[in-house]
Amino acid sequence: MTHYSASNITMSAWRSRILLAMLLIGLLGLVGRAAYLQGMKNDFLRQEGESRYSRIVETSVNRGMITDRHGEVLAISTPVASVCANPREMDASNEQLENLAALLEMDVTEIQKRIADKRRGFVYLKRRVLPESADDIANMNLPGVFLKNEYQRFYPAKEMAAHVLGLTDIDDQGQEGVEREWQEKLASGLGKRRVIRDRKGRIVEDVEKIQALRQGQDLILSLDSGIQHLAHSGLKHAVEAHKAEAGSIVVLDAQTGEVLALSNLPVYNPNRRATINDANRRNRALVDTFEPGSTLKPFAIAVAMEVGQVSPDTIVQTAPGTFKVGRATIRDVKDKGKLSVAQVIQESSNIGTAKIALSLPAQTLWEIFSRSGFGVPAGIGFPGEAKGELRPYSTWRPIEQATMSYGHGISVSLLQLARAYTLFTTGGELKPVSLLKKNVPVMGQQVISRSTALAMSNMLELVTQPGGTAPLAQVNGYRVAGKTGTAHKLINGRYAEDRYISSFVGYAPVSSPRLIIAVMLDEPSAGQYFGGAVAAPVFNKVMTGALRMLNVPHDAPANNIVRFPATLEVEVGG
Amino acid sequence: MVKLNILLALILITSALGVVTSQHKARSLFAALESEHETARQLDVKWGQLQLEQSTLAMHGRIEQIARTKLNMKAPSESRVQIVTAAHPVDAGENSAGERMP
Repeated sequence: MTHYSASNITMSAWRSRILLAMLLIGLLGLVGRAAYLQGMKNDFLRQEGESRYSRIVETSVNRGMITDRHGEVLAISTPVASVCANPREMDASNEQLENLAALLEMDVTEIQKRIADKRRGFVYLKRRVLPESADDIANMNLPGVFLKNEYQRFYPAKEMAAHVLGLTDIDDQGQEGVEREWQEKLASGLGKRRVIRDRKGRIVEDVEKIQALRQGQDLILSLDSGIQHLAHSGLKHAVEAHKAEAGSIVVLDAQTGEVLALSNLPVYNPNRRATINDANRRNRALVDTFEPGSTLKPFAIAVAMEVGQVSPDTIVQTAPGTFKVGRATIRDVKDKGKLSVAQVIQESSNIGTAKIALSLPAQTLWEIFSRSGFGVPAGIGFPGEAKGELRPYSTWRPIEQATMSYGHGISVSLLQLARAYTLFTTGGELKPVSLLKKNVPVMGQQVISRSTALAMSNMLELVTQPGGTAPLAQVNGYRVAGKTGTAHKLINGRYAEDRYISSFVGYAPVSSPRLIIAVMLDEPSAGQYFGGAVAAPVFNKVMTGALRMLNVPHDAPANNIVRFPATLEVEVGG
Repeated sequence: MVKLNILLALILITSALGVVTSQHKARSLFAALESEHETARQLDVKWGQLQLEQSTLAMHGRIEQIARTKLNMKAPSESRVQIVTAAHPVDAGENSAGERMP
């Protein structure tokens, strides 16, 4: 047996060298790789690493609310879910698609069509689904199908305030009305920030703010939803009863010019967009103009009193019921004989008004119209607001000067007309109109003197008294003043023989006016068409309700209403 | 010298552990804050929905209809209204109205 000691084993030296060389090569490789990753690909890797735990989170808030002056909600946004899909990631069986279609209340083929294009990374399957079906869809856990939170705008008042509020489109942008005018204020903006999430998905750190969240501000309108309801339902009743084409009503605060109610018919329900068409989306009281007829007489006569041409007791000869100006003839309904200026207003005599107007320089008449706000937009800040037509006085012919005094050859919007009556409710001031609530007294512009305004107010009160044209405008327990208007409708530049625009503008209580209401009905065709018979009852209904609602102190005893037949009036255009 | 090094090493370890703990605490507090924010958002949404519901239910038209049809209520007619003037006017508004009575 031979024993070898360990030291006796010799190995060839090249083996250890090879081992050393291999280790060194391995090491070199690692160093090279490390240098490559650390040096050249550093940014990319850092980004990849971060993306494993940092996320960009979007937060959204709803669009601002619109409320009436008492804080009652008129428009509000509430979150709804939209169902979206990524066609590239979609991998659903037919059965699953059918379930999805049933939840979405859609056709399967429709869904298949939408997700057919695999190049797209995003399609909407259905926008704004009910919260319950959104939950069901989330529970299905279909790959490639996800929910996106959006907001839907609701209008609890439905069609009642539709024209004032307007609409937003599907992306929450204001399209019409207040929603469009105050878009900047109401709109909210998406907030974006980068955060770090832990493995449970909780946000554990805010890294940076990418985009600040913009909170939509609430908007408080001047509207009073109680009065708005009264006005809208009163108008609706009248439009239906008199088979009118259209109608508008404006209720103003007589002292501040705030719009308390504004409504038009036909109208749409803003919660059901399918019902909207060109006819019912018009805010007629603001964007449409009409020849107002007799409701303009007080302005011509007020300026005649202002310059000292007439006083309420001045006698005007209106016999024989016709009056020639140039080749044209102005008519009254009948021969009214000699009338005082007060009676000219009370009985709405065209001849009386025309004679007074013709005794004035054209410029004086133009100035009163212009300073009363006609021919310029009322400045309520509304898209498409009409300015009406008031031609420069240098182009007037005498007959035009005469007809304009009783509201023909001049066109106004109902809002302008209502606003102009602030002259008589504030002692001669023209107040600015506003759709937003005012918290401070509003300064107006003095147009006529206080004494003229009060004298005219007394004459306008006679219109609702025996001998006047509007017995139906009387309100129990209050003194009421106003003026009726019945005008032939202008169609293609000619006055239609049997189509009328009936209107009434009035205010109450006369001793300390609180409300101005202007009512206009377009083509009442159920037999009656006089402003006193068609529009005045609407005024009465709305005024009675609104004064009670506002708790306005009475300025007349109860049962002050006098029944008498209305004096008829109608204007014939020149 | 060795003692100082050991001391410094100990301090280093303690402060390192401190950083880890406080970071952990900060993160869990932040997570709690976030979840409270989320609750606030949800409550906000709920509030909006309740407001919508309230305003829909309290709409004047609806109240009027229920009053008229279900409860058989109506506004009193003119002949049934008595106007009472305050014998001792409570405020200027009523006072002036009283004086203007014809």
